[in-house]
Amino acid sequence: MKTIKMKKKNLIIIYFALLFLFIPKQAFAMHIMEGFLPIEWALFWWGIALPSLIIGLRSIKKKVKDHPELKMMLGLSGAFAFVLSALKIPSVTGSCSHPTGVGLGAILFGPTAMSVVGFCVLLFQALLLAHGGITTLGANTFSMAIVGPIISYLVYKGANKAGLSFSVAIFLAATLGDLSTYVVTSFQLALAFPSEVGGIMASFAKFASIFAVTQIPLAISEGLLTVIIMNVLTKYNLQALKMLRVLSKEGR
Amino acid sequence: MKKNIILLLIVIILGVGPLFIQKGAEFGGSDGQAEAAVGKIAPDYKPWFHTLWKPPSGEIESLLFALQAGIGAGFIGYFVGFMRGKNKQVDEER
Repeated sequence: MKTIKMKKKNLIIIYFALLFLFIPKQAFAMHIMEGFLPIEWALFWWGIALPSLIIGLRSIKKKVKDHPELKMMLGLSGAFAFVLSALKIPSVTGSCSHPTGVGLGAILFGPTAMSVVGFCVLLFQALLLAHGGITTLGANTFSMAIVGPIISYLVYKGANKAGLSFSVAIFLAATLGDLSTYVVTSFQLALAFPSEVGGIMASFAKFASIFAVTQIPLAISEGLLTVIIMNVLTKYNLQALKMLRVLSKEGR
Repeated sequence: MKKNIILLLIVIILGVGPLFIQKGAEFGGSDGQAEAAVGKIAPDYKPWFHTLWKPPSGEIESLLFALQAGIGAGFIGYFVGFMRGKNKQVDEER
């Protein structure tokens, strides 16, 4: 019975994977480029990002103080985000983008801790790779390191409550968190550059078709990769997952 | 573990598939095209700040990206190996 269920689940995953391969559209996607937000918006997003970073630092300090052995797990979350955000993957739209990789850490350590980790990744890319930028770092931190992790965290909790299986909950959390990052990016650009005809919403539709659509297959990839690493963690480091209270109460 | 291999295969298909479907596409990054999109909506807008440092060439940029992925993957590999070894030890002690 279980194997039949498994097979059905796999078939559904494959079906959607194939479906997304056939959406034709020309677009591109990534973080907001250096200098591409008017100064008032750049400052505004920095103003939101900074307090989140302070809260995040505090939450990390507390977690590490309570359980010093979790430092390695935090390192793993950071490394995962580091790897995934370095991988520019071709998408169905004929352009490339990269996943964010922050969903894993958000599920493990909560969304506030990930604001710091995501910020570090973005800072690295802005300084050394001319990818994103210093002036837009606040805005990019908001989308990738604040909203993305919050969505991942909430989806994970919600999926758990709804009784979905561990893997499905992880997959949904990481995928939707990734996708939400680029929806927010589109919205940030739309706010700064409202269309003359149609205003913010028209601009949003335009930027979303650019940023978010390219991201869909990549978000799915990120979801699958996060499930893989979680499978490894549950196999070899169940104790840490229990310490972080990741598993729901039945104690899977 | 078999499940993980299947998942990994899907990830690879998702990455490789677009290369076959969008055959003539450029698979470029964002910057040029994104500038065009902003330029259409707000023709007067000029970026007011420029990157402090740019990798001098595409090769060096890909070097840095590879380094980023390599460092991260190295840590993940180390940590998974570490967990596995520790797990085994605990099992043997029991």
